[in-house]
Parts: sequence; structure tokens; C-alpha cells
Amino acid sequence: MIRLRQLMFAVFFLFHPLTLLAVDTLVDPLDSPAWAVMHERILGNEPVVFDDRVTVMTPEFAEDPMNVPVSVTVNRLEGVQSIVIFADLNPIQKVMEFKPVHLKPYIAFRFKVEQSTPVRAAVKTSDGVWHVGGRWIDAAGGGCTAPGAGRLVDNWHETLMNVTTRIWHDSGHLQRLRLRIMHPMDTGLAPGIPEFYIEQLNLRDDSGQTMADIQLFQPVSENPVFTFEISDEIKSKVITLAGTDNNGNRLDAVIR
Amino acid sequence: MLVHAGDELDYRLEMIQVADDTYAFIGEKEDFSRSNGGNIVNTGFIVTDTGVIVIDTGPSLLYGQQMREAIGRVTDKPIIKVLLTHHHPDHIFGSQAFADTPVYALPGTLESIRGEAQGFLDNLYRMVGPWMKGTRVMESVRVLEIQHENIGGHALEYITMSGHTAGDLMVFDEKTGVLFAGDLVFHNRALTTPHADPGDWMAALDRLLNMDFRILVPGHGELSSSKDAVEQTRDYLLWLESTIRDAVQRGLDMNEVMQIPLPERFQALAVISSEYPRSVIHRFPVYEEELLQ
Repeated sequence: MIRLRQLMFAVFFLFHPLTLLAVDTLVDPLDSPAWAVMHERILGNEPVVFDDRVTVMTPEFAEDPMNVPVSVTVNRLEGVQSIVIFADLNPIQKVMEFKPVHLKPYIAFRFKVEQSTPVRAAVKTSDGVWHVGGRWIDAAGGGCTAPGAGRLVDNWHETLMNVTTRIWHDSGHLQRLRLRIMHPMDTGLAPGIPEFYIEQLNLRDDSGQTMADIQLFQPVSENPVFTFEISDEIKSKVITLAGTDNNGNRLDAVIR
Repeated sequence: MLVHAGDELDYRLEMIQVADDTYAFIGEKEDFSRSNGGNIVNTGFIVTDTGVIVIDTGPSLLYGQQMREAIGRVTDKPIIKVLLTHHHPDHIFGSQAFADTPVYALPGTLESIRGEAQGFLDNLYRMVGPWMKGTRVMESVRVLEIQHENIGGHALEYITMSGHTAGDLMVFDEKTGVLFAGDLVFHNRALTTPHADPGDWMAALDRLLNMDFRILVPGHGELSSSKDAVEQTRDYLLWLESTIRDAVQRGLDMNEVMQIPLPERFQALAVISSEYPRSVIHRFPVYEEELLQ
């Protein structure tokens, strides 16, 4: 039924001279039953194109549904304002909103999936258009409704908000930053454990300028690890990281 | 083979004679699926003068039952003992078909069965469906406490190892020279690593290289009458660990590590395109933890 409707749309656009080139970019290539809802709820029904310049990498199968690696890369797309990552069929769909500001439009981290689902990145450019890439991931399920490992041994409070980092200086071209923040990242969907997750992260350079802003949601994995790419023009020797969780706990760290 | 509702489920177990008194059932070099019913594993048995020793029982009650029927076509001797090489689901869930026989495993295997078997079972029902009908987690597995045993003219050595899992049992028959190596050895099939300890596994493989066996029955893949299967397992494990560790240290993310091209010598290994990314999921966090200390 959905396919038939898409086919009719496709035929309509095919014979509409103004949208001749846009046919492929307006039909959800992942054929998701939830796309229309995602478009409305997460992207506010703003203009959207499906764009292969936005690459979402995941494995085919969620071997560990509590830790599904996702990497988002944006190539040859100017004026990137914001990257929203979401999973259509997760009980909590929105995973992260990343404003790269002075970082490269790349991020890698792990998140929780409850069942097989499209995983997407929507990239808003300065012209107000969302460029959407994504893929399906197959999963046995249960990643959002099971308690995390730290909950099972109940030692999470000893390290809450601890930050460890690693920077790669790679012959001046590519610089990567990896950081891990110790936090249970509870979804609120595991029985008896209320939601408890980091909401905001902010990276600044040594002059106090924001390098990136990140809004996190419940599906980001426990003790999240993020990999960022730093633009060549950033000469700052020191990066400061600040963040808060939904219970008001703060973190402040200096990365050298 | 496609399975439809109402079809009679039949593993069509292929028995091969490995040596005198010694038989193996060689499974598909595949992942669990509804078409193979989970028959992706090698199991076997030794017919001694006093009775039959069964080594691993397959993925389901049905497999165990059909294995038992096949054994009955070779001998009318009673089945006196079942040995489980380790706790992975494709090796243990046929044990219910041998409920009248004592089932033995290493202590590490028992502990893992207690912790994980129910989850494995749920997952197998999802992956292979109707083949699992009636399969439950077996309750009475006993600890194997001996290292040697003479049964009905066969001197058997029970070798305790670890590395593929926390408890990996090998069974060596001194009379025939046949070694049942369990999943410490894979042959022309990519390794599975969800519970791997590569240091221990490597030590086990080094010991295997110095062992004098005539025929090796690996946990997955064809029999081997040389050290080839051991060498291949060792080569792949070494490559896997050094590749993932090196990639983590260079700053690659998990998905990038999954994209690393496989060396030509491993490209023909069965299911490597799905097992390699799984291994990255298992092993990357271990090396990342080292990096972020």
C-alpha cells in the first residue's frame, strides 16, 4: 500500500517539469512506516531532501542493542547548521542534536535500539533545508528497556560525570578527539529506573568561543564515547568541555 | 532449503566416520537461520565397548532427538555420557534429548549456562523459529571433575582450556588419535568472539600446535588431519586482535574499523562478512577502554 502510494507520487513528480530532478530525493528511500511522523515531529515539516552526501554508517545487525555504533559524515555540503540523529522505530526516536559550529560535520558514538529501525541523520543547512541520509539496522531488540551494566553492579555513582579523553594529531591534516563521559544514560523505560541522562554538552576553545553544542537524548549509550573531527583552522591548545544532566549534575573538564 | 509451515522439520544430519568407533555430524558453515534450523555446528560421538560418549548436542531438542536416532542406527549400545565442550547455544540445546544420561561440562561452562542460556534460547527461537519447538534450558548439568578416563577400551583425555569462552573442553581419544577441539578451532569459517579472551585462546592454540593428534574435529568446518585448521584459527585471531587494537589506537571509529579490507587469505572464510563486524563490536570496546584509561 505504502509502495503503491510512493509509486503514484513518483509518477506524479516524474511528469512534473519543475521537479524532474527531485524525484529521487523526495521519496523516503528507507520506505519507513514512520517517516511522515518523523518529518513532522522531529523536522517540523520543514523542507526535506534525501541526500547521499549525508552518510550514516552502522553495522547491518545490532550485535549489542545497547551499544550500536553510528557514524555520521557529511561531505560536500556547505553551511551545515545542525545534525539531528534519530531512529524512526525506537520508543524514543531522537538520539542527538549536534551543532558542529567549528568542528567538522562528523560524529561517531553508540546508542540503544529497541527493535529493527531506520537510523537517520538530518542535516540542516543555512538555506533552511534538511538533508537526510540513513539506513536500516536489524536488531533482536531490547536495548532501550533493559537496565545498563552499571545499574546491575550499582557502582555508577562512583564515577558519575568523569571524563577521559584522547586527541590525535595526524600530520596537521586530520585531528580527532575522543571523549568518554561516565553516566548511566537511563532511558526511563527499564522497570523501576527513572530517566537519567546527559542533556547538554558544550565544547569551547581557549578564547571561550563555542566549538560545538550537543543536545543528547535518552537513547545515547551508557558511559557515552564520542569521536569528533577538529577543523584545521582551530589552533586552540586547550578545549574545555561543560555539560549537564537532567538531574542538574554538572561536568567541567579541560582537554589538552 | 526453504521451510514452510506444516513441513516436516528434518535436519538431515550427515554422519561421517572419523575413525574406528568415532563419528561426527558436520554442520553448515553458516549463521543461524530458519533454513538451517541452527545446524551450523559439529557434534560427534564415540562408541566404546560399554556405551556411547556424546560430544555436544546441537542447537535444539529436535537436533538432539535426530542425533540420537542417527546414533541408534550405528550401535545399539546405551548412551552413557554427554560432554558439552562449552556453553554456546549451537552446542548445548539438544541435551534435553539425552535427559536420561548424565551431562557434564567444565565449571566455567556451567556458570555461563546459568547466566546466559535463557537469553541464548530466546534469541534462537527468534532466529530459527519452529526448529526450537519444545527446547528448554536443561537444568541438570554436572561438573566434569576428571582429566582422564578409561571407558570400554578407549583412554579419553579431557583437556581443560579457555579462550573461546571461560570454559573450553577438548576430548582426546588416545586409542584413535581423534581430537574433538570444540570451538577453540574453526576450519574455513570465521571465528565467533562474543566471549573470547584472545590471550587464553592463543595459549590454547599454541598448545594444540604441539599436540600429537591424528584427526581434529573442529567446532565448525571440515575435519582436519593436519595442523592446518589450528594454524588458520591462530592466524585469523592474531590478525583480528592486532587489526582492531591498531585501529583503535589510530583513532578510527567502530564503523570505520568494520570497513577495513580483509586480507585475501581470509576472504574465503565462510560468514566472514558478518562475523568480522561482530568481532569488532566485541573487541573494540576492550581496546578503547585501554586507550581511555
